Amino acid sequence: MSISLKNIGKSYGAVKALSNISFDVKQGELFGLIGPDGAGKTTLFRILTTLLFPDNGEAKVSGYDIIRDFKDIRSHVGYMPGRFSLYQDLTVEENLNFFATIFGTTIAENYDLIKDIYEHIEPFKDRRAGKLSGGMKQKLALSCALIHKPRVLFLDEPTTGVDPVSRKELWEMLKRLQQKGITILVSTAYMDEASLCDRIALIQDGTILKIDRPQVIIDTFPSKIYNVKADSTYRLLQDLALYPDTHSVYPFGEYSHFTSADPDFKPSDLMRFLQEKQHSGIEVSETPATIEDAFMELSKASELIDN
Amino acid sequence: MKNDPAIHVENLTKMFGDFTAVNSISFQVGKGEVFGFLGANGAGKTTAMKMLIGISKPTSGQARVAGFNVRTHAEEVKNSIGYMSQKFSLYNDLTIKENIVFFGGIYGLPKSVLKEKTQALVDELGLHDHADALVRSLPLGWKQKVAFSVALLHNPKIIFLDEPTGGVDPITRRQFWEMIYREASKGVTIFVTTHYMDEAEYCDRVSIMVEGNIEALDTPNKLKERYQVGSMNEVFLKLARNIE
Repeated sequence: MSISLKNIGKSYGAVKALSNISFDVKQGELFGLIGPDGAGKTTLFRILTTLLFPDNGEAKVSGYDIIRDFKDIRSHVGYMPGRFSLYQDLTVEENLNFFATIFGTTIAENYDLIKDIYEHIEPFKDRRAGKLSGGMKQKLALSCALIHKPRVLFLDEPTTGVDPVSRKELWEMLKRLQQKGITILVSTAYMDEASLCDRIALIQDGTILKIDRPQVIIDTFPSKIYNVKADSTYRLLQDLALYPDTHSVYPFGEYSHFTSADPDFKPSDLMRFLQEKQHSGIEVSETPATIEDAFMELSKASELIDN
Repeated sequence: MKNDPAIHVENLTKMFGDFTAVNSISFQVGKGEVFGFLGANGAGKTTAMKMLIGISKPTSGQARVAGFNVRTHAEEVKNSIGYMSQKFSLYNDLTIKENIVFFGGIYGLPKSVLKEKTQALVDELGLHDHADALVRSLPLGWKQKVAFSVALLHNPKIIFLDEPTGGVDPITRRQFWEMIYREASKGVTIFVTTHYMDEAEYCDRVSIMVEGNIEALDTPNKLKERYQVGSMNEVFLKLARNIE
């Protein structure tokens, strides 16, 4: 195992940031930690990169214990924090050189690994990092995280605040790094990125809701989901909530996702109900689940247990 | 006046020296519409939006927002709109109640109205136990819901939302969109800028800006049909060129 966690817990005063987190990431796997702001993702990254002690539990990264062998871990992992953390006053090249030197290597020695990424920003190598655009900052940060040829790469919300074109580029870069044998743990709050990972852990309020391949999570969604549409979205949401045996109603883009608790639910009955409520432009059709549906279903279930 | 669009833009242009940031764009947004305004970083959407909210003067062209010309009546425009962004919306060091009073005061609401509105807002969001808690201590999703309600305090005709639900947990996010639809159903116009394409899917119509121009404007469904793809993300990738 490249990363393994057993019962990791961490509290900040009365706030429980992580409770009993356990999972394994295999060698060469692209593993996604998917959850909203405040779920505990950054705390988990900081523990695994030896910047923070857990209150309890054990974890190993690349075979090294996060507490006993913290120095070994630091030389074998690359970490790109969520906030841009390079030196704004140094140029692109100076930043890269700085990180290479700290890890006792040179840009030339590992140029192969970063070439694909660094090429994009090399024409601006004399520009100060603080003057780069968001997308270029990110490419520089990734280059710096890779310059010592780490075995494991930690990326904390690399796509937050990044436009779709740069997001797509980033995921393509990660796939190429994975092919070079690097294990990648990446976090994101954007559920639509889950399908780009080999396996994902859905995390909320410091607890893991589920770990599996994204497609398995979608395929095992417990009920049928219907796309429902009508001309007045707001009235539709309210009326759907009133329908007998409604299990869940969520706006989902231009449709609403509807599930029923009634095993004999018939779409035609729902159509009739909406017609009686004077809706126009009604559509009801079955639709496959998404990771976001699964996330909401699981978090609803875990709240019921808590209460 | 009643059938006037909420936002009417004609050949709106902004130049910075030789650089054309916004190149003669034209579009209309109807009353009560949820309109998505999309574009890659550097496409010109922030510049365009600054002109619409009356804080940047167009180089040429016209824009009327809530019936007011943004060039000649910028102050009336500002009074008629609400604004909320992911990055800045509330003061972390003030409580929920203090934020409401502060922003309501800025918009000139009388004390009696403010008191009533504060109570109504706290009731509606179910925040009785937290009304005196510092905003800092709230989860992001709650903050966003409070921020949206605060942006509505002065009964604006149009609300500008800048990436309103990025990073918010999926259930709270949906509660947020229900609030948006509720306001739209009352006739409030919603203008959303975002580069998260899943947010774009919630809009009645979306425009996509590329290098200062509006390259596409239609319902998400029609755009997906036109470009023969399954999501707004793919539509965007087909249109947007990365200018970096």
